[in-house]
Amino acid sequence: MSMAESHKKLERNVTLLAVGAFVAVAIGGIVEIAPLFWIDNTIEKVDGMRPYTPLEQAGRDIYVREGCYSCHSQMIRPFRDEVERYGHYSLAAESMYDHPFQWGSKRTGPDLARVGGRYSDDWHVQHLKNPQSVVPESVMPSYGFLSTTDLQVADAAAQLRALSHVGVPYGRDEIANAKADLAAQANPEKDGVGLMARYPKAQIRDFDGNPGKLTEMDALVAYLQMLGTLVDVSSAAAQEELATEKGR
Amino acid sequence: METSIAKIGLWFALLILAILAVAGAQDTGFAVHMWIFAAVAFGGMWVTAVRYDPLARVQGIFRMPTDPSRYDDDPIRWGVIATMFWGAAGFLAGLFIALQLAFPALNFEPYLNFGRVRPLHTSAVIFAFGGNALIATSFYVVQRTCRARLAFPALARFVFWGYQLFIVLAASGYLLGVTQSREYAEPEWYVDIWLTIVWLSYAAVFIGTIVRRHEPHIYVANWFYLAFILTVAMLHVVNNLAVPISFLGSRSYSAFAGVQDALTQWWYGHNAVGFFLTAGFLAMMYYFVPKQAERPVYSYRLSIIHFWSLIFLYIWAGPHHLHYTALPDWAQTLGMVFSIMLWMPSWGGMINGLMTLNGAWDKVRTDPIIRMMVMALAFYGMSTFEGPMLSIKSVNSLSHYTDWTIGHVHSGALGWNGMITFACVYYLVPRLWKRERLYSLRMINWHFWLATIGIVFYAASMWVAGITQGLMWREYGADGYLVNSFADTVSALHPMYLMRAFGGFLYLTGFVIMLVNVWKTITGCIRIEAPMSDAAFDPEKDRPITSGRPAAIPAE
Repeated sequence: MSMAESHKKLERNVTLLAVGAFVAVAIGGIVEIAPLFWIDNTIEKVDGMRPYTPLEQAGRDIYVREGCYSCHSQMIRPFRDEVERYGHYSLAAESMYDHPFQWGSKRTGPDLARVGGRYSDDWHVQHLKNPQSVVPESVMPSYGFLSTTDLQVADAAAQLRALSHVGVPYGRDEIANAKADLAAQANPEKDGVGLMARYPKAQIRDFDGNPGKLTEMDALVAYLQMLGTLVDVSSAAAQEELATEKGR
Repeated sequence: METSIAKIGLWFALLILAILAVAGAQDTGFAVHMWIFAAVAFGGMWVTAVRYDPLARVQGIFRMPTDPSRYDDDPIRWGVIATMFWGAAGFLAGLFIALQLAFPALNFEPYLNFGRVRPLHTSAVIFAFGGNALIATSFYVVQRTCRARLAFPALARFVFWGYQLFIVLAASGYLLGVTQSREYAEPEWYVDIWLTIVWLSYAAVFIGTIVRRHEPHIYVANWFYLAFILTVAMLHVVNNLAVPISFLGSRSYSAFAGVQDALTQWWYGHNAVGFFLTAGFLAMMYYFVPKQAERPVYSYRLSIIHFWSLIFLYIWAGPHHLHYTALPDWAQTLGMVFSIMLWMPSWGGMINGLMTLNGAWDKVRTDPIIRMMVMALAFYGMSTFEGPMLSIKSVNSLSHYTDWTIGHVHSGALGWNGMITFACVYYLVPRLWKRERLYSLRMINWHFWLATIGIVFYAASMWVAGITQGLMWREYGADGYLVNSFADTVSALHPMYLMRAFGGFLYLTGFVIMLVNVWKTITGCIRIEAPMSDAAFDPEKDRPITSGRPAAIPAE
């Protein structure tokens, strides 16, 4: 009876009840989420990670806009079948510059975490225009409009600046050259030296098979072709690092 | 008069601001949304200016004479209509995307591609259908259980209309490509800010009404509504922290990245289920089940224990959406342990609801509304068992990324949230519009069976689809190689996707019957039909034996 008696205090006073409920619901989040920001081995450092180039980021924005996460994950789990199907399991560091994360929760289509370099640009363009023409069983919608829509980035510098505000290490150099880098990556005619210096392993070429025009297709394919290509997971150093991982 | 002018001025200022924002907009989506703001401001100005006076019949539907000796039910009536409207939109969108997965030709790029319509479906059913049901019932319940009128009537009306604007902005945004691509938190930064304003107003009206109560105790349903309102506010604000590229553009970047972003999102996402779809709907259960059954809540002590343990444990369960990902193991394990513990308080709620029918179990046979409530609680119990089971890491390794999750979600959403909402609306409509009874009780029966069979088709086909998919992905041949390509697993699911769409079609058909029933009740029609149950009586046989020979007609 005592519990019910003491509970009467709470249920006669809306302030006490509200404060009690709020404390009860706050604890779990504080204990689970807050430590992720200061426990060091949450994200193991790996070589090769760099922020997205302006064109890759623009492609990622299209990926986000179209809700691709509804059907495609970007998180390979450490199981034999997944590793054989998609490649080395995903590392926390590989999404450290992802605002927002796009790990996904459903695979109506295959995982895309390491899709970069697996198919040719032509394949991607054809597949996005008409998925069933290359994969007859596919239930994917077609995205032909991407290749006819000009890539419109209102302010490439502002985009990188916003990302730098949330912690992506874009420096003054990257932000100042954002607009030029955006155009340079899809145009092999232009001088890509600065771009390569700022973004190692950046792939510079016309992605959509239409050199005259910078389209949304260019941006999306550039993004897809770099997914999972930054960290060389099969290198000796990376393997050694994984073997000595702490806290797993 | 002065207040009218001030109001017009305020609307006009908003209109100008919105038009300026259109002019400076950096992308089409943002411009369209500012047009919507402008249209609303213009509408508000217009209505204030001409003192909108609708026809008498319409007035009877939307507005009752204000009488301080009566509860303030106008926003509740609107909320019930909005619940029905958005329910129809959300279920239809669901059927459409189910068919898209079976027949990809139904994707019409770019606006009606699966990736854009899917969040439209989830937001329409969770936030538009469920949210309106929660706001309407909470305003109804808090007034009755506190014996007080709504604390701030004008603010309550703002909550209703502001929430509808949020829904319109969110839904149109998805089709235009304005999205954060965070599951169940897709709306962009400015829509999130708008929802925060509306939600804090909602909290003010709800808590204000409790403060003005004439009953010493706060009824248990209100504890659940209170926890739901406060927690959703916390989750919404933290999960949507973001930096916009420009204050005149729709795109923003989440404040967190990668691992931290993932756990924040699923802390939010799982508790959208835990507090929006569970605590809030349990509050509905705690008022409407005892009312309809005419029995008190089974156990007061059980409600105390299960309330505090439910809200405390639910928050921890988020990491089970991230098993075997790059999230640290300790967080995954913590999420799994708490998810399994969550089974008990969930069933505490189910038991408290079902046992309330003690002594009134015959009503399951005679009262179709009670039958719906019992079925809702049964589905609640089933999906809150399935959930903890799926959160076990070894089970999750098979089920994650498959349609099993989709089946699980829908047995909860269609079975628990849908059925309890239908039952509450059936309870409310005749009372809110002062009708003698519903247009038809027999139509509820049809609705009940169509919905139940629809859910069975849906859940069963998705179980089969999920387990098939999970097993095919990990199938190895004798040669040590993977047997199936990904495309093989897609074509294997086609029959199950057809069955799922059929289940959804049945569920939608049942809802259309409900729409007719509710609309007819609102307009004051009563269907002449045989009552659902009655003691047998035959006037032909109700007469004395008049002939001299008693044994001539054998007794029945």
